[in-house]
Amino acid sequence: MSETLAADAPLTAGEIAAIEKAIQRHKDERGALLPLLHAVQDAVGYVPDAAVPMIAKALNVTRAEVHGVITFYHDYRRAPAGRHIVKICRAEACQSRGGAAIETAAAERLGTPMGTTRADGRVTLEPVYCLGLCAIGPNAMVDGRPVAKVDAAALDRIASEVAA
Amino acid sequence: MTRAYVSADMASVALGADAVAAALVARGCDVVRTGSRGLFAIEPLVEIEADEGRIGYGPVGPDDVAAVLDGSHPNRLGDVAALPFFVDQQRFTFARCGITDPLSLSDYETHGGWKGLKAARAMSPQEVVSAVKDSGLRGRGGAGFPTGIKWQTVLDTSAPEKFIVCNADEGDSGTFADRMLMEGDPYCLIEGMAIAGHAVGAGHGYIYIRSEYPLAIDVMQRAIERSAAIVAPFTLEVRVGAGAYVCGEETALLDSIEGKRGQVRAKPPLPAHVGLFGRPTVINNVLSLAAVPFVLSEGAEAYAAVGFGRSRGTMPIQIAGNVRNGGLYEVGFGITLAQLVHEIGGGTASGRPVRAVQVGGPLGAYFPPSMFDMPFDYETFAAKGGLIGHAGITVFDDTVDMAHMARFAMEFCAVESCGKCTPCRIGSTRGVETIDRLIAARDAGRAPAPETVSPGLAKALYSRAPTRQLTSLEAETAIVRDLCDTMKYGSLCALGGFTPYPVLSAMDFFPEDFGGEPAPLANAAE
Repeated sequence: MSETLAADAPLTAGEIAAIEKAIQRHKDERGALLPLLHAVQDAVGYVPDAAVPMIAKALNVTRAEVHGVITFYHDYRRAPAGRHIVKICRAEACQSRGGAAIETAAAERLGTPMGTTRADGRVTLEPVYCLGLCAIGPNAMVDGRPVAKVDAAALDRIASEVAA
Repeated sequence: MTRAYVSADMASVALGADAVAAALVARGCDVVRTGSRGLFAIEPLVEIEADEGRIGYGPVGPDDVAAVLDGSHPNRLGDVAALPFFVDQQRFTFARCGITDPLSLSDYETHGGWKGLKAARAMSPQEVVSAVKDSGLRGRGGAGFPTGIKWQTVLDTSAPEKFIVCNADEGDSGTFADRMLMEGDPYCLIEGMAIAGHAVGAGHGYIYIRSEYPLAIDVMQRAIERSAAIVAPFTLEVRVGAGAYVCGEETALLDSIEGKRGQVRAKPPLPAHVGLFGRPTVINNVLSLAAVPFVLSEGAEAYAAVGFGRSRGTMPIQIAGNVRNGGLYEVGFGITLAQLVHEIGGGTASGRPVRAVQVGGPLGAYFPPSMFDMPFDYETFAAKGGLIGHAGITVFDDTVDMAHMARFAMEFCAVESCGKCTPCRIGSTRGVETIDRLIAARDAGRAPAPETVSPGLAKALYSRAPTRQLTSLEAETAIVRDLCDTMKYGSLCALGGFTPYPVLSAMDFFPEDFGGEPAPLANAAE
């Protein structure tokens, strides 16, 4: 619910400037769309729907093409994420080390189901399929920082980090 | 001042290496951040420089630093390279990883760097391509296609521009060799790509790295800047993926670099003829390109001298999952699974018996210990209904439910399918549903056979979807097999085409997890 509202909210002048800047930086590159979308998401935190026509015009492609790319790739968000992003690996190597239980425990401990943002907007819990740390799982990525051997104690630490 | 070496590899960092490095700096040490040696059981690892060489301590935490510096720490390992995990390795590609400062150009040069590129530039393009052919090097991404033949095709195709693309979209669970190489020895990959550029007449290269590897992206970008003058006129850039597994498929990857949805292209035309932006393109895995400097500097014969059958050279094997000594083990082809899992890997981390290994990532087959005498070789694995893939071995103990792993294979395919072809897009979803019914039937004991419902009622209930009445174990098993057959032969690429490998191998080699021996559909339906 809150995600929908935020996505519909008009962009601030700062956000528009950030999108313009990303467009200017990447529009003349070959195959510019992915780097451009990454730049927008890095600056704004997500790819607002309002950015789609701006990007389409700059790259001379249709809005449908831009929309299609945004929705194809798991990384791009169409609504802001929580203040912290916790990704838990679901792939086989982590499963062999008890990953499924950690997945469930993480959802309980962080108070939000896998693939959602908590109602207070503090944390987004997402699945990830392999972080390449496959002999020391179960693994997580907390705000871009890798964490290995995730257990109940590690989840407690992550939960208090998120609360702080 | 004491010099200490601490890995900055993402795995080491995930285990707390940054805090250890900071504690060493606080005590006045000169800390060099290296890549990882490749044995994660000893990470975070600190190596202290001494007159007799580097003395390793690991695993250690930040509180252990004082004991490490006065030499009294109980986890003293001595010479790390002399540990049993390392002595029998043949490190052709990973020779420098864990030893040098990944971004130091002088370290790279003093450890044999750029020798391959210099040798290549003294040769004609055809001579370089022939050397790669003679080495027997095959694509390390999984398909095992001869690298030299791919290069020859691009060399023989005339075009105003050509590209070298490095596939660093290492999405297979249980694999991390590409990541370790990019973080631990990035110039090796750059050198391999520059050699490829010279060999086929390409001026620009792209390294497509998955977004899940932030440290590798950072190290590669800085390495490209620092080495630009050395590889010039060849130029390179990093492209970052956006969380789509299918972009590890080469043609989907090309579409992704072009700024499109990562959808698989139908072949032909081959990327070697019509590749990136419609130009002839060499697209190789990180490990294929990183093997090339050795081939050029030490000679094709030296590389081909190692190996098994038609699988020549070394393979950086990744031992992963529920295993005691997990890590990177580079060795010539021909080593057996038993050696890798039991002798080198030391069995499971949980201490329970090994039940299964999955070789080759989410699209690779599951094998039971009774098949562990198989030599690591492309042809042997193919003959047994499996694949080497990117040489990741994921170990499972006896708590694994193989029916759940089969379901996960279908689920993963459904999540990651690019959607272009029907067998993969729809088949994977139907696969999840069917295996769910199969598991439910297994857990409930044998489900009531359809004939317990009167024929008239059955027709009324199921007339629009006759297969729905087949809720018996045998019937669901037959449907899964039929679906796997359709996916295997009807899919455009390896995602849909190989998802049946883990599913069928789980059913064939672990029938007890699927409620006993599968029976043909006819017996169940009648």
